Amino acid sequence: MSGVDDRKGIQAEFDGLLGRFRLKVSLTIPPKGITALVGPSGAGKTSLLRAIAGLTRLPGRVMMDGEVWQEGRRFVPVHQRTLGMVFQESSLLSHLSVKDNLLFGYRRASGPKTMRLAEVVPLLGLEPLIGRSTDNLSGGERQRVALGRALLSQPRLLLMDEPLSSLDAQSRDDILPFLEALHRTLSIPVLYVSHDAEEVARLADHVVTLNAGQIVGTLQPATPDPLSPLTPDQIRDLARQALEAGIKPNPSAR
Amino acid sequence: MADVIWTTLKLASLTTVLLLVLATPLAWWLARQKVWWKEIIAAVAALPIVLPPTVLGFYLLLLLAPSSPLMELLQPFGIQSLAFTFPGLLIGSMVYSLPFAVQPIRNGFEAMGDRPMEVAATLRATPLNAFFTVAVPQARRGFLTAAVLVFAHTVGEFGVVLMIGGGVPGQTEVISVKLYQLVESLQFGEAHRLAAGLLIFSFVVLLTMFLTERRARKTAP
Repeated sequence: MSGVDDRKGIQAEFDGLLGRFRLKVSLTIPPKGITALVGPSGAGKTSLLRAIAGLTRLPGRVMMDGEVWQEGRRFVPVHQRTLGMVFQESSLLSHLSVKDNLLFGYRRASGPKTMRLAEVVPLLGLEPLIGRSTDNLSGGERQRVALGRALLSQPRLLLMDEPLSSLDAQSRDDILPFLEALHRTLSIPVLYVSHDAEEVARLADHVVTLNAGQIVGTLQPATPDPLSPLTPDQIRDLARQALEAGIKPNPSAR
Repeated sequence: MADVIWTTLKLASLTTVLLLVLATPLAWWLARQKVWWKEIIAAVAALPIVLPPTVLGFYLLLLLAPSSPLMELLQPFGIQSLAFTFPGLLIGSMVYSLPFAVQPIRNGFEAMGDRPMEVAATLRATPLNAFFTVAVPQARRGFLTAAVLVFAHTVGEFGVVLMIGGGVPGQTEVISVKLYQLVESLQFGEAHRLAAGLLIFSFVVLLTMFLTERRARKTAP
């Protein structure tokens, strides 16, 4: 026994055709942290995200913290899956104000509310936008509202489909710090589709690489570097002490 | 004269309200279905645009007249005939204006695309809740256009109302039929007043629609 409940997090397996494209994956997402889903265009990243959300129906199995979302003929409809989704392009509901967009899922969510407007608004810097309509928001602002809206729906899983790819470099730089802040705060799993190396480097704890509908590589989190909090002088002292104690450098270490 | 105007406004209002309710599910189905044969249904629903009103009126008259298959079905409920009655006229108006309701609402739903409904679903909205809180408000311009077109079209129809309604005073006599009767009996003064009234009314309705559309466009995404 590992001591960790292996039913926690997401287990997703799919094997099915979307037109001529075959998606055949088996994926486990840890219960916490950001899992980046990377790969070239047409690799099936968005299809996989949509299949997990239940927006696209593919033969397979999806378990969320041990709860069945899809298995055999059982298919829990999207609105009953407690997930939040941020789409690639802005998807704000244009007939609602920023505030009503933010509260759309919040008002419909059942159970205890752990994410509240008063917390999400400062976290994403939405204070100046809250009283506005969705017209005339910049791309970055729109995606921040979409992200806040997804969080306020009290998700147990957050799916983000290249949320920054439609933004210009400036907007992307504006929003990344908010995502990093979110990364530190959030205690739910996030599946983050991206093909931007910088985004992945800054945000991801785990990386899953997809190509032609199949997973071709996974990168587990690097073990925290025990030396990182030390100054160079302290590290040199440690090294000298080790050498003096007769500890030899490991030749197999890179 | 007042009863003619009242009958006309009552007919147009009821036709508009009932048709919006009945055309919406059909428009939604046509907008969301991916099967090719939905266009057969769409073509049937659009037939009243191309058929001469008298052809439509003729078939509706046969359908609503005593001893028609439909009337025989309704006989146990005490309904013998709907020809030359207000309910019959209302049914005829609804059939005649059906495409003017279905098409704009369908366009409104199609213009919205799939995304808003997907967004609503990921935000816990049930399909029915998403329909009323997302799809209908998103397609509001389509509903507005449909309402104005159906109302104006009903006020202006002649062939169908004459065939089915027969111009029974106080019951099925509407402005357009009355105008025809006035001209036939050479009462040009009266005819002028009615014709000018209808002309101004139609212009005001269309202008209101265009101005509202213009405002809606400005606030649309």
